[in-house]
Amino acid sequence: MSNAKSTLRRLLAGAALGLTALGAQAQDKQLTLCWAAWDPANALVELSKDFTAKTGIQMKYEFVPWPNFAQRMLNELNSKGKLCDLLIGDSQWIGSAATEGHYVKLNEFFDKNAIKMADFMPATVEGYSTWPKGTKNYWALPAMGDAVAFTYRKDWFARPELRAEFKQKHGRDLAPPATWDEFKQVAQFFQNRTIDGKKVYGSALYTERGSEGITMGVTNAMYAYGMEYDNPQKPYDMKGYINGPGAVKGLKLYKELYDCCVPPGHGNAYMTEDLDAYKSGQVAMQMNFIAFFPGISKDPQVGGEKTGFFPIPKGDKQHAQLGGQGISVVKYSDKKDMALEYLKWFAQPSVQKKWWDGGGFTCHTAILNAPGFDKSTPYAKVFLDSMKMVKDFWAEPSYAQLMLAMQNRVHDYVVAGKGTPNAALDALLKDWVEVFKEDGKIK
Amino acid sequence: MRTVPHSPLEPTTLAKWFAAILVIGYALISLIPLVWIFMTSFRTPEDAIAYPPKVVAQASAIGYVNLFTTRSRVSAEELAALPPAETWYEGLVREQQMILAGPSRFSDRYLNSLLIGFGSTLLSVVLGTLAAYAFSRFRVPGKDDWLFFILSTRMMPPIAVAIPVYLMFRNLGLNDTHLGLILLYTVVNLSLAVWLLKGFMDEIPREYEEAAMVDGYTRWQAFLKVVLPQAATGIATTSIFCLIFAWNEYAFALLLTSGTAQTSPPFIPTIIGEGGLDWPAMAAGTTLFLLPVLVFTVLLRKHLLRGVTFGAIRK
Amino acid sequence: MKPRVFTQWTPPATAVPAANLAQAPGAALRAGGPATGRGRLAARNGLSDRALAWLFVGPTIVLLLAFNIFPLLWTIYLSFTNFRANRPNAEIGWLGISNYQRVLNDEAIWENMRTTAHFLCTSIALQLLLGFALALLLNRKFRSHSFWSTAILLPMMLAPAVVGTFWKYFFEPQYGIFNAIARFFGASGNFTMLGDTQLSPWAIVLVDTWMWTPYVMLLLLAGLRSIPPYLYEAAEIDRASEWTKFWRITLPMVMPFIILALLFRSIENFKMFDLVDNLTNGGPGSVTELASIHLKREAFEKWRTGYSSAFAIILFVAIYGMSLVTVRFLDKVKQR
Repeated sequence: MSNAKSTLRRLLAGAALGLTALGAQAQDKQLTLCWAAWDPANALVELSKDFTAKTGIQMKYEFVPWPNFAQRMLNELNSKGKLCDLLIGDSQWIGSAATEGHYVKLNEFFDKNAIKMADFMPATVEGYSTWPKGTKNYWALPAMGDAVAFTYRKDWFARPELRAEFKQKHGRDLAPPATWDEFKQVAQFFQNRTIDGKKVYGSALYTERGSEGITMGVTNAMYAYGMEYDNPQKPYDMKGYINGPGAVKGLKLYKELYDCCVPPGHGNAYMTEDLDAYKSGQVAMQMNFIAFFPGISKDPQVGGEKTGFFPIPKGDKQHAQLGGQGISVVKYSDKKDMALEYLKWFAQPSVQKKWWDGGGFTCHTAILNAPGFDKSTPYAKVFLDSMKMVKDFWAEPSYAQLMLAMQNRVHDYVVAGKGTPNAALDALLKDWVEVFKEDGKIK
Repeated sequence: MRTVPHSPLEPTTLAKWFAAILVIGYALISLIPLVWIFMTSFRTPEDAIAYPPKVVAQASAIGYVNLFTTRSRVSAEELAALPPAETWYEGLVREQQMILAGPSRFSDRYLNSLLIGFGSTLLSVVLGTLAAYAFSRFRVPGKDDWLFFILSTRMMPPIAVAIPVYLMFRNLGLNDTHLGLILLYTVVNLSLAVWLLKGFMDEIPREYEEAAMVDGYTRWQAFLKVVLPQAATGIATTSIFCLIFAWNEYAFALLLTSGTAQTSPPFIPTIIGEGGLDWPAMAAGTTLFLLPVLVFTVLLRKHLLRGVTFGAIRK
Repeated sequence: MKPRVFTQWTPPATAVPAANLAQAPGAALRAGGPATGRGRLAARNGLSDRALAWLFVGPTIVLLLAFNIFPLLWTIYLSFTNFRANRPNAEIGWLGISNYQRVLNDEAIWENMRTTAHFLCTSIALQLLLGFALALLLNRKFRSHSFWSTAILLPMMLAPAVVGTFWKYFFEPQYGIFNAIARFFGASGNFTMLGDTQLSPWAIVLVDTWMWTPYVMLLLLAGLRSIPPYLYEAAEIDRASEWTKFWRITLPMVMPFIILALLFRSIENFKMFDLVDNLTNGGPGSVTELASIHLKREAFEKWRTGYSSAFAIILFVAIYGMSLVTVRFLDKVKQR
């Protein structure tokens, strides 16, 4: 072989090595973050450019639409996949992820980096980070605060003829309802009314059968009349709690609302269907997660001054169903250190403030308790008020079975009209006892 | 009712008209949903959920733009502060008070579908033709049992074998790969391919290849030169059915793929707009997704019909 | 008269029409006797028939064993355990047949089977009726019939998951076209196809029929076209009525194809998942929850792998049994 050829070969080999090294380097400085594909995710992309600027770590994203999100991510975790370094997982997965060891326990990291859980709203810490619930074992950093609340057509509520009619009928002003009884009245008032030449309806509610929709809706009504999942003194003792009188009253009320005051065909509605109904001008009020409120506010059809917000109405008590997610580090990732750096960056109050400004829902008390926060956006007040009264569904490792059972029983009663509320909840109690027995939580 | 001059087998003109009206009527009615999807792909999201439904609405390409891009909403002030839009589609997006944030995953998914759909069809038709020929011509021991066995592989609900297949794929490193899905679809289509092709092969008289072999061809050459051309229509028909299955498969694609090899069917029903389903984008995706299969079928249409009329050649 | 059979083609008494197919090599040589070639089947310079047979069939069998039988066996194994795919590290306990007992004792599962059976029977009956009618009409070969037959095929080319999602859109009472069209034809337009417990089972039947009638039509058209015309000619000479022609010639000759369509469609609809899941999610309540939707929930949402495997095996056995009966029937019909 001639000298030139061998030199060329050596050069090429060197170049190849160099390139692979470069490639490996580039590979190394990259993190993949997995979340659901929705507006806040886009906001997070924008926000994270700051992280890349500060640390030089490139961010890659894997956003999955909500309908497939749980399945895809749980599949990944169960198969010890390395797709995600960071995962913003649903609050209900915490139990399973903690017991199966999918998430990295963050206590040590928090202590080392002076990240104090006291800086975050307690309800979010309990809901998104801890397992077992209420203990000081942290598996996630609260990332996105969320709860169920209502939007309403402020412009319709402001119409003089409607106000007059309502006042005459009910003796009080047409205003966002404070109690469930008032809610029913307002909804019935709007049901089948003609506004601007089109028939409109009272409210869009959560009625979805497939994943978790109707549960996320009905619990708001049930909490309001005192429903508890189990005995506060004795965990997993559910008899008389999940099927107690308060629960029955709340369930019955939700069915009445479904029968009287929703648009036709609203029997399988969740976040997107409720948004569709509201944006197309079908309903006066809409039940949905606060995460969507920024988008509604900016909507050309119904946004701006046309929309107002109010929290879940009161019964005997007042609670809002918790939504939201925490951000966790996946145990199977090869880049846990870089992922932890992301968490460190994200936890800073300055970044949290930018998160809020960008459309995310921060859980950091420094931002939430700052004066003027509740006036910063039209939906800030409802966010604050709602987060103060949240209550969550089970976060047990077997939460999916508990959820599916409730979906089944509640949908059967509310939408399909089968049986009585008592029968539905008694059957649900039976289902849940079976699940916990299988799990070993009840003997 | 007989009119003498025409052949007794030829339907009367009246009968033909009657048939035509009924068939065209059915065709038109069953095409309404498809036409509506096509129309929806050219509407704005607001028009798509207008009620009562609008028959005529302003045409807009926003559906297609939304399909191929990701966007984020900005406030009016931010919008005013930006430099003017460079391309026509960016202009459309700006009109909605949004800005382009990057490409969507649709084109990836589409390419995956092309690769996996056509790849597995090719493989299953090739293997199926060979196996069908063997079952048709050779004395394979336990032939009828093998045939039923092959049919029975199609009887398992995909959801049921999904977990073992998932675990198997994970161990073999086939999870979320194109090869894995191609192999899987090939296997599912094989049963249909073998059954259909065997029927067609049986139609081809053995005498031709036997004569060819008398003339000095080997069995293999006879197969290639004599049988295959005559089986062309059967192969075409089978390819269409195999492609339709592989192209449109949902359950396995949903469960066994994520970012790399995911095909379009699990993707299209989840095209989210701003929190709500983006119906025009979904309609656009559906229309574009229908095209290859449609083109393939139309191209092979003659074969399809001849395959349907193959039996009439025997007189 | 010899009905057309499936697996064996016996040439009619008249000579093989070698002249029809121009490509038959050495046609002139063989004018005398096709039978003579049979004796010299042993190929020269090439693989023996035996070897070729296994070579041809081999890859198919191997692939099927690997990707179909092996997972099936694994599923059978899992059905006897309490394995949960979301707890891969847990101990796998042997449960014997208790999973099967639980499945068979579950009232909800029987409900699902009833729903599936209703769906199966009504949709296939409708598809056979419509498909056969269309095939008969298309067989009249009016002008432009080939165009319209391709047009009718379109619904079948869409992805069932996408079809389910879009029909959800169509059935929406406010902005969907189904109610609008019903109103146009005078109905009240107040109904909700998907929200009503009485109507939603019919909604899924409607969508499935819309989608798969073309498939049945195609298959039956193939059957109709394969009927040798001389049979009709003979009937004409005997002055048979249209009805007699249909009943005595058309129907029996097409019967194998009808049964084939029945077989394939039954298998598919028993396994039906994506269309109905996207259309109704099994709702309202569990009124349209087909067996495979329930299976998916058990397997991929509750992660009760062992239990769902038992359910899957039971479903498989049901489909297998049904197919076996149908194929036996098919064979009987072929032998007539």
